[in-house]
Amino acid sequence: MSAFSDALTRVPPLLAQHVLVSMAALLLGILIAVPLAFACARRPGLSRVALGCASLVQTIPALALLALFYPVLLSLSGLVGGGIPALGFLPSLLALTLYALLPILRNGVTGLLGLDPAVLQAADAVGMTRWQKLRLVEAPLVAPILAAGIRTAAVWTIGAATLSTTVGQPSLGDMIFAGLQTQAWALVLAGCFAAAALALAVDALIGLIERGLATRRKALWIGGLVALVLGCALATQPLWSRGGEPRREVVIGAKNFSEQYILARLIGDRLTQAGYSVSYRDGLGSAVAFEATAGGRVDVYVDYAGTLWTTAMHRHDSPPRGVMLDALKDWAATRDVAMLGPLGFENAYAFAMKAPSAQRLGVRSLADLARVAPGLKLGSDLEFLDRPEWAAVRDAYGLRFASMTPYSPTFMYRALSSGRADVISAFSSDGRIAADRLTVLSDPKRAIPGYDAVLLVAKDRAGDAGFVEALRPMLNHIPVEAMREANYRVDRDDAAKESPEAAARWLAKRVGL
Amino acid sequence: MPEPMIALENLSRRYGTVAAVDGVSLSIARGSFVALVGASGSGKSTLLRTINRLETPDSGRVRVDDRDVTAEPPHAWRRRIGYVFQQHGLFPHMTVAANVAIGLRLAGRAVGDRVGEVLDLVELPRDLADRMPDALSGGQRQRVAIARALATEPPILLLDEALGALDPVTRDAVAGRLVALHQRLGLTTLLVTHDMAEALLTADRVLVMERGRIVADASPAQLVAGEGGHAAQALMAVPRHQAERLAALAR
Repeated sequence: MSAFSDALTRVPPLLAQHVLVSMAALLLGILIAVPLAFACARRPGLSRVALGCASLVQTIPALALLALFYPVLLSLSGLVGGGIPALGFLPSLLALTLYALLPILRNGVTGLLGLDPAVLQAADAVGMTRWQKLRLVEAPLVAPILAAGIRTAAVWTIGAATLSTTVGQPSLGDMIFAGLQTQAWALVLAGCFAAAALALAVDALIGLIERGLATRRKALWIGGLVALVLGCALATQPLWSRGGEPRREVVIGAKNFSEQYILARLIGDRLTQAGYSVSYRDGLGSAVAFEATAGGRVDVYVDYAGTLWTTAMHRHDSPPRGVMLDALKDWAATRDVAMLGPLGFENAYAFAMKAPSAQRLGVRSLADLARVAPGLKLGSDLEFLDRPEWAAVRDAYGLRFASMTPYSPTFMYRALSSGRADVISAFSSDGRIAADRLTVLSDPKRAIPGYDAVLLVAKDRAGDAGFVEALRPMLNHIPVEAMREANYRVDRDDAAKESPEAAARWLAKRVGL
Repeated sequence: MPEPMIALENLSRRYGTVAAVDGVSLSIARGSFVALVGASGSGKSTLLRTINRLETPDSGRVRVDDRDVTAEPPHAWRRRIGYVFQQHGLFPHMTVAANVAIGLRLAGRAVGDRVGEVLDLVELPRDLADRMPDALSGGQRQRVAIARALATEPPILLLDEALGALDPVTRDAVAGRLVALHQRLGLTTLLVTHDMAEALLTADRVLVMERGRIVADASPAQLVAGEGGHAAQALMAVPRHQAERLAALAR
């Protein structure tokens, strides 16, 4: 229970962001859908098109919709010469707004078409103008039905907003994604609990407004509205108190696995000691993390040389380590990102098998693996099979597996131990390799590039001497054994499991930082 | 004969190939109570609704007090004509008082004690003013609809089957009240009805419509005397026959 109450302390700043993005999307959705509903009620053709589009949007999974806005905004930004952020608040706002449209639009159109024709005729007969008819008759009569649609939209939006974490917008999803990755169930539970409580509270308040409108009790609906606005203001309070200070808070990015969480906390602890206030952006996708840093919305994070080399720089060769790091540093500088240097360990893709089966099949290298692969099942992480590294390895060794299944990293190891996978695309710094006594296959053709962990800093932070000095001692100071053990402390699922914060403190002590 | 107040000139209105109103010309004198009688689909409602521009004629003109009704925007024109139809059409989200005062509010006129006055006119207790329409009986609702139409003191009152949804007792009471108001307020009233008896007992001039044309134009006394032509007398047969049977029962 104390893990749960610990986790709850992370809620307020994330709740603030969650409320901000979901309520902004709801408001924008109302501003678009309500006038559109009135226009649709007068033109059946428009109604068919608008409702069709809104329904179509609804069939796209929210996660995919959020992801789609990244390339769309990116190319749009390119078209107008930059300046449109493709990550964070804007794509989340747009995707969630689209999501909110359907229930509002549908209720609005249904409500308007269901109005008593005699009442509408009476409105004309007493001499109302079009606008008066809308304001005095149609709007008040359709308001309770619209409110019911807005209520549905609010609950959907709050739920879907947890997914905006993946495009770099902080939300309660941060806790859920991070908890899922590190198997910190208290964190998942606290995140879900907070999101559900928010949805229920908003649902109840809009329900109050709806009932007030339906029964024409002004006090009730105005009271509900005031409570809703006050609640939102209160929930977003952590955001505006920060507004006064000039950008002093540092945003530390982390991708979605334990090592990233631990290193982010290590960086955060050092910066806190140096007098910075920090916040964390956890669970970022690979591409998202770099773009967010280039855009200055993340100040610092750890990435891996090979990842950037293949996916961001689109290089297919595997030069020696030093050459690669130099080239990477130069390239990053052109994208407004400063590479401070390597941390001292690699986290490469490493094919791993259970030791007994590797022995039985006589597999010690990728070349050996190619021989027996057609009879084996490959388990990979979620992105590996789509990455150029996989293509490089596959082509270099002629690898062909009986089946290939992507898992989230935690479940990938489980798949191996349970026999659902025979080979996995592990990570060389993963503590579970040693703990599970896995055999890591060698790469005699050097098909997989080097994966030095490197510290990347946004341009406008790179000039801050205090900032850079706080981080510099980390460079070349973290051996792979220490990183592995720190990772294992978070990844293990027995009683000795630790939080990323605790593992970061342990790692600092272990390497003498 | 007094100068015509409402003049329809060669008025036509078609729905597809069907002519609802087919070249009608008609003068209605100030202060008269005219009943338009006919079967369903004879075009009587359509004809009535061209006067307050709820219908736009395909050809022909409507003039009131020598002015073309299209001379000003429809909403401004309608504010000066009282209109009551079968499904009362009260605004369900407004109190009786707000419903009655809506015309004054739209015209930006002071409401004052007007709501109470018109409720008196239609013989409704003033304390109904704060009720919502769904808390009234059918007859009360129709009286409120009439009060709403009269609140702005329009010179013309159009009644489109206004009594059609009421039970016979209420209907008789409201019809009697309408005749009294017509005289007291000096209105020019047009009543559309399919009930010849109702027309005879309220109006001073009865027009019979058939397939978009006016086929008879007579006073109630002429109609009772067997004049007015074949179509009018066909409609007269029903009340006449009923009256004979009632008389036979009394013997």
